[in-house]
Amino acid sequence: MSTLEIIDLHVAVETEDGPKEILKGVSLTIRDGETHAIMGPNGSGKSTLAYSIAGHPKYAITSGQILLDGVDVVEMTVDERARAGLFLAMQYPVEVPGVSVANFLRTAKTAIDGEAPKLRTWIKDVNAALQQADLDPSFSQRSVNEGFSGGEKKRHEIAQLELLNPKVAVLDETDSGLDIDALKVVSAGVNRFAAAGDKSVLLITHYTRILRYIKPDFVHVFVDGRIAEDGGPELADQLEAEGYDKYVKVRA
Amino acid sequence: MTITEAPNVAGALETVAPGTVSSHLHPAGSFDVADHVVPQGREEVWRFTPLKRLRGLHQDAPLTGGDFKVSTHAAPGVVAHIVPASDPIRGTSGLIPRDRVSARVWAATESLYVVDIPAETSVAEVTTVQFTGLDATDAIAAHLLIRIGAFSKATVVVQFDGSATLAENVEIVVGDGASLTVVTVQDWADDAVHHSTQQARVGRDATLKHVAVTFGGDVVRHDMTADFGGPGGSLELLGLYFADAGQHIEHRLFVDHNAPKTRSNVVYKGALQGEGAHAVWIGNVLIRKVAEGIDTYEENRNLVLTDGCQADSVPNLEIETGEIEGAGHASATGRFDDNQLFYLRSRGIEEKEARRLVVHGFFNDLIRRIDVPELEGKLLATVEAELATTVLAGG
Ligand SMILES: Nc1ncnc2c1ncn2[C@@H]1O[C@H](COP(=O)(O)OP(=O)(O)OP(=O)(O)O)[C@@H](O)[C@H]1O
Ligand SMILES: [Mg+2]
Repeated sequence: MSTLEIIDLHVAVETEDGPKEILKGVSLTIRDGETHAIMGPNGSGKSTLAYSIAGHPKYAITSGQILLDGVDVVEMTVDERARAGLFLAMQYPVEVPGVSVANFLRTAKTAIDGEAPKLRTWIKDVNAALQQADLDPSFSQRSVNEGFSGGEKKRHEIAQLELLNPKVAVLDETDSGLDIDALKVVSAGVNRFAAAGDKSVLLITHYTRILRYIKPDFVHVFVDGRIAEDGGPELADQLEAEGYDKYVKVRA
Repeated sequence: MTITEAPNVAGALETVAPGTVSSHLHPAGSFDVADHVVPQGREEVWRFTPLKRLRGLHQDAPLTGGDFKVSTHAAPGVVAHIVPASDPIRGTSGLIPRDRVSARVWAATESLYVVDIPAETSVAEVTTVQFTGLDATDAIAAHLLIRIGAFSKATVVVQFDGSATLAENVEIVVGDGASLTVVTVQDWADDAVHHSTQQARVGRDATLKHVAVTFGGDVVRHDMTADFGGPGGSLELLGLYFADAGQHIEHRLFVDHNAPKTRSNVVYKGALQGEGAHAVWIGNVLIRKVAEGIDTYEENRNLVLTDGCQADSVPNLEIETGEIEGAGHASATGRFDDNQLFYLRSRGIEEKEARRLVVHGFFNDLIRRIDVPELEGKLLATVEAELATTVLAGG
């Protein structure tokens, strides 16, 4: 099972002028096997939602719930949430100098499974995941994300998704900055993950382009910290044609 | 890098008009103790040092202590012996005491420990000198000289442990075309005081890799000068330190590019943890007028692991010629980067483990560059043991 329920979520960040509310009551349910796309203009709060689900300390959940298979994760630490089955592919993956990809992946896998992976199959698995993400096996000896190109960082996130095999994947603009070949590689990775069953996907994107390769069951338009409209895949086509003007104007 | 960058020196570059009198980076030395007044603490070279904790080394404390042992393992082909202070080998590095401690050690020294590698000898095995202090009450004076002949290659590791109040002069003489690695490991007990004045002279086309690893001691102050005996020499100065609560660890470096086509590369990295932990790094580089075509880079990075620590980091580049290949420096002191910890933890890695990874990552490239396999395990284990005291214990 893998159901993610977000119930009336309010989130604030600390600013120089005190707390500032960014998410203003977000409700969303992603059932087992579903892929949802969230689309919205810059600054609407998409990354804030992603970080809040993952538990970034900068974002304070002031009210609301985030339930993973019925269990509220709000009180869990970042790593507890990951071990419970949440995965966030970040919009801007972080560089960790001096820590090799191989060491990082093995440490993460061990933490998530509660035991060290079997050495022989693990190395094969890592190489396969890197290869599927179109990353040379030599990447496993490099420092995590250090000196990676924008596209390599995104593909590295997808390799992690496949290796760590969570229940729920939140992908924050994993498509942005990718050329068409990389976009296909990333989409194929997400589709393989989703096809494994008992998975759910929350795909955050600014552009409709990736939705040609990953078919969402539902599309939500995100504006000013709220979901402004829900719909099916046809909503993406409408956004492609009309842009966000309509929603932004309503707000103004 | 591993940490949030906070450059703590705005501009360390100074240009000296050609023909001006000697630079302030290299005060003239003297063998006569009387020429060195007792420092008061306001002097540029002493301003970071807690003089009160030096046990009178900088004043007139007798240097008559002898409560220590030295055990040496000389690799085949290496001669390790003791010679009288009158031996003409003394001073061949060009060492002239630049401060009172060093001048007092020079005056008090009756014999020298010499590690001698003859010319045209390649020694794979590491030579080790282990100095163990048995009592810190009476101050000890020591003089160590490491000499490698032309076209030879060797590695010498000097390790310090136990309790001592030690003032020493160290000379390193690298023959033409030779390649020498010298590592000193300060793994002292908590009550040790160690003042070390070092002079290295790198011959024509020779290479010296000098590594300072400092973990223990109450006050450790190393003042190293390196210059060149001819063109084409290359100098790599690496340092790794871990300052714990109440510890003062000071590394002062002066690279004197006094010959053309010489290179220097300095990387010192340290972590600080606990109330009153103090690390000082001074990186002085002088590029003299004759030193055309040289290349220099120096870097110091501090990772502050807890509150209550202080890291002072002062790079200083003085350039008397514009005809150089390159000259650069970097200095940064930072704390754990929250985003790095978040990223690792978002992959299921517990906070303590994430911190461990980041600190090991911080030191990893340096340990790789030290590249003395016999030491690597010990260095990693010591970093681990240091981390266990704070970062992994509490938070
Ligand atoms: N620390 C902060 N202080 C003030 N405002 C902040 C802070 N962090 C985020 N915000 C604001 O919150 C809003 C939402 O940011 P968020 O990154 O979630 O948007 P986004 O929808 O992901 O945008 P993009 O499409 O550009 O990625 C923005 O207006 C941003 O400026
Ligand atoms: Mg965003």
